[in-house]
Amino acid sequence: MKNKEVGMTLIVKTITRLTVGLILLYGIYIVLHGHLSPGGGFAGGVIIALSFIHLMLAFGKEVALRKLSESWASIFESLGAIMFLSIAVLGFIGGYFFLNFFIQKGKPFELFSAGIIPLCNIAISLKVGAGLFAIFAVLILFNKSGDK
Amino acid sequence: MELHLLLSFMVLAAIVAVEVEDLLSSVIAVGAVGLGLSMAFLILKAPDLAITQLVVEILCLIILIRATIKKDLLLIKDGRWFFNTTSTVLFIAIFLAFAYFALKELPNFGAPIMRVAKEYIERGLEKTGATNIVASIILDFRGYDTLGEATILFTAVMGVLAVMRKVGRIK
Amino acid sequence: MSVYILCLILFCIGLYCVLRKRNIIKIIIGLGIIEYAINLFFVLVGYRTHGRAPILAKDQVISNMVDPIPQALVLTSIVIGLAVTALLVAIAIRIYEKYGTFDITKIRRLRG
Repeated sequence: MKNKEVGMTLIVKTITRLTVGLILLYGIYIVLHGHLSPGGGFAGGVIIALSFIHLMLAFGKEVALRKLSESWASIFESLGAIMFLSIAVLGFIGGYFFLNFFIQKGKPFELFSAGIIPLCNIAISLKVGAGLFAIFAVLILFNKSGDK
Repeated sequence: MELHLLLSFMVLAAIVAVEVEDLLSSVIAVGAVGLGLSMAFLILKAPDLAITQLVVEILCLIILIRATIKKDLLLIKDGRWFFNTTSTVLFIAIFLAFAYFALKELPNFGAPIMRVAKEYIERGLEKTGATNIVASIILDFRGYDTLGEATILFTAVMGVLAVMRKVGRIK
Repeated sequence: MSVYILCLILFCIGLYCVLRKRNIIKIIIGLGIIEYAINLFFVLVGYRTHGRAPILAKDQVISNMVDPIPQALVLTSIVIGLAVTALLVAIAIRIYEKYGTFDITKIRRLRG
């Protein structure tokens, strides 16, 4: 069995090592500042998924699955969904479903303001990021030989 | 003026995507349409949508290229050609008739009726404390829609994983 | 008004591709073009000439913003379109494994 090189050429691997951490950090920045500047949970979640996909495309599937295995991806996705639903149900404290139940909403233009909106953004980004990475892992890994 | 040029570019790229026979070239042409759409969102003053459309477009291209790599086939037209053409012309004609009646009722381009949005813009900052009004709409004023969208994503992920299982038959 | 007509032409191109082509990948591409045209139409309805983006700035009173509600609806719709496309591609790959072709006129019989 010959030991062939997986992944792409050396130039791609070098650039990937330099940029994949920056892409992850940029995605987290867009999620956390979702209530101050354009972006939000959906765009940030897709960018976080794209950083892991970049790792998988450049280095092959073994390295990427060591960083984020399939069981961890499904745990993160379910965690995001449960967090979003529990924040919504906790609105019953104030009176009705989905209420923004923080009484003082902080000063505008600061990072810790706007009630439950940053928490909802974090929950949605976890769900979208892990779900899209799971879709990609299954579609690409399926078959080079006909079975999973 | 720039908007008209951009839309004409998108129409031309869509015609190329539909007519070319090589599958990889048509997927790249669809990518050009998506990039033009992202720039159109910027011209129409919607920065949230421009960011989201750009990254979603990149992911969609990667998935489509995975499906088309090394799988060309040549097509030959035969049989049932008359029925196909008449039904296509009929459906497009029905759609254009309805679209004409709808376009007469729309307000002019550039002067929207903002009855509910006026309320959200004026009272948004003091009710929620967020300065991004679109974020406060999708997560506070209309949170149910976001809950439905999260459910759809969850179902789609489960569907893809269920379709791509290895099913076997015990002989 | 002419921007609405261009958006309509984009939708008709996508519709023609879905109805006429025989390759499943071309049908998926046509559905993608239809979805781009619909999202563009929503945002075109809510545009105000010389408006500003719906984000507040420090110490400024902005009086002419574009309509933010169609933008909230389209934000959800873009991500849903991605999920639907991924599901369609998964089904197409499975069909190719089982029948050996992408041609829709040859995928008639249910095979075990």
